[in-house]
Amino acid sequence: MSAVFILWLRQLKRYFRSRARMIGSLGQPILFLLALGFGLGPIFARAGRGNYVQFLAPGIVTMAILFTAVFGGIEIIWDRQLGFLKETLVAPVSRFAIVLGRTLGGATVALIQGGIVFLVCVAAGFWPAHPLLLPLALLFMTLIAVMCTAIGTALGSVLQDMQGFQLIMNFIVLPLFFFSSALFPVPDRAGAVRLAVRLNPLSYGVDGLRGALNGGFAFGVATDFAVLGTLAALLLALGAWLFARIEA
Amino acid sequence: MTAPIIEVCDLVKRFDGFTAVDHISFAVPEGVVFAFLGPNGAGKTTTIKMLTTVLAPSEGRLMIAGHDPVAAPLLVRRAFGIVFQDPSLDDELTAAENMELHGVLYRVPRVDRRRRIDALLHFVGLWERRHDYVKRFSGGMKRRLEIARALLHRPRILFLDEPTSGLDPQTRNQIWEFIRNLCRDERVTVFFTTHYMEEAERVADQIAIIDHGRIVAEGTAATLRQRTHGRTLEDAFIALTGHGIREADAAPLDRMRMMRRAWRR
Repeated sequence: MSAVFILWLRQLKRYFRSRARMIGSLGQPILFLLALGFGLGPIFARAGRGNYVQFLAPGIVTMAILFTAVFGGIEIIWDRQLGFLKETLVAPVSRFAIVLGRTLGGATVALIQGGIVFLVCVAAGFWPAHPLLLPLALLFMTLIAVMCTAIGTALGSVLQDMQGFQLIMNFIVLPLFFFSSALFPVPDRAGAVRLAVRLNPLSYGVDGLRGALNGGFAFGVATDFAVLGTLAALLLALGAWLFARIEA
Repeated sequence: MTAPIIEVCDLVKRFDGFTAVDHISFAVPEGVVFAFLGPNGAGKTTTIKMLTTVLAPSEGRLMIAGHDPVAAPLLVRRAFGIVFQDPSLDDELTAAENMELHGVLYRVPRVDRRRRIDALLHFVGLWERRHDYVKRFSGGMKRRLEIARALLHRPRILFLDEPTSGLDPQTRNQIWEFIRNLCRDERVTVFFTTHYMEEAERVADQIAIIDHGRIVAEGTAATLRQRTHGRTLEDAFIALTGHGIREADAAPLDRMRMMRRAWRR
């Protein structure tokens, strides 16, 4: 247990010590919020869908968590190249404890990052419709963070070096984001996009968070919770299994 | 004569048909400084990896501090400290934080941990720099910190894989002085590899030379010199392992391939 804690603490220390990384990773979600929120806002309103910034904000918060979490998990590759990973691999600690500490650390960092973006959204005019449901929103943010960090951990355990970075970005992270209903509502009519959104685990995170903040769940709160919870647990197990196969 | 703390019996490691370690056997008595020498790609690092639970042997029997690394890796890991060939510190933490992290991972009780970290940082001369980030440290300072860290949990064995490679002669001397003082004060068994024969000659009580995955000679520096009629250990080493230079570009390539395979599994 203390091993899990100290590895969690390490991730937090590293996060708070690198302001550049912290501020740099805020840039992208804020850009999306401002450019899309105010650029597409009038069209969204004309279509009778209401306030776009209000709709978009939960999606942008999810985006911040997704990016920070996946890259927090992938940090394993850096640790391997810079050598620190070996120190943990020969320690008298189970691999599962190491994965758990790292994943919870990465998830906490992602959650903080999501919280900051949430505040930025509020500054841009977003306001939660049901402030009493904020704890539920936090729960969904946490589940998204754990699930995405576990994806990163799994990828980081398999990849040899950072050369696969573009691949992950373009074929995993961005598709997860774009087909998650973060930017647009789940299409009413059946089609490829709707299918993609429904198959995308992140959609259930966006839906849960949007429902908690704005009211109205597309898939239902129980479904969102069940899908996210199950996948977070499964991916954590997968990450742990892949990590356990690493030899220093 | 006490029972050996490291016992290796017919140890074999194969990677996809390539035999890196080929039926080696040796024993290291407790409290001894043991040098494990060999040319590039001879199987030194692979052997250390098996001794330290990182790689599973293909064949053979291993006993480290009374435990089998395959059957009881956690017990074995508690019994040794290791300084890897390349640094394994977290550059973005301070020296003290790196020590603390290690102490927690190895479950050194808090009070003992504090005292021990202080003492070891004094010992390696990094006490004044304990709150500095490791990324600001020189190569020699990092190496000293790693040695201090490896000793934090009071291991019975200290593995050092080329602890002095890439360091200047002054720093190398200093590191060996630390290690010798350590063996005296802490009574740890030291198992090290090096390419500097004069270091092995000066420091080691016992030496084993490995080449092409096999042990080609074992003994003290004096017996190895006598056996080969060499003037120095270096003469003996060359007499035993030949003059041929291990192809300069093949060796790193082989190592890379081996590492890739090791990583993949």
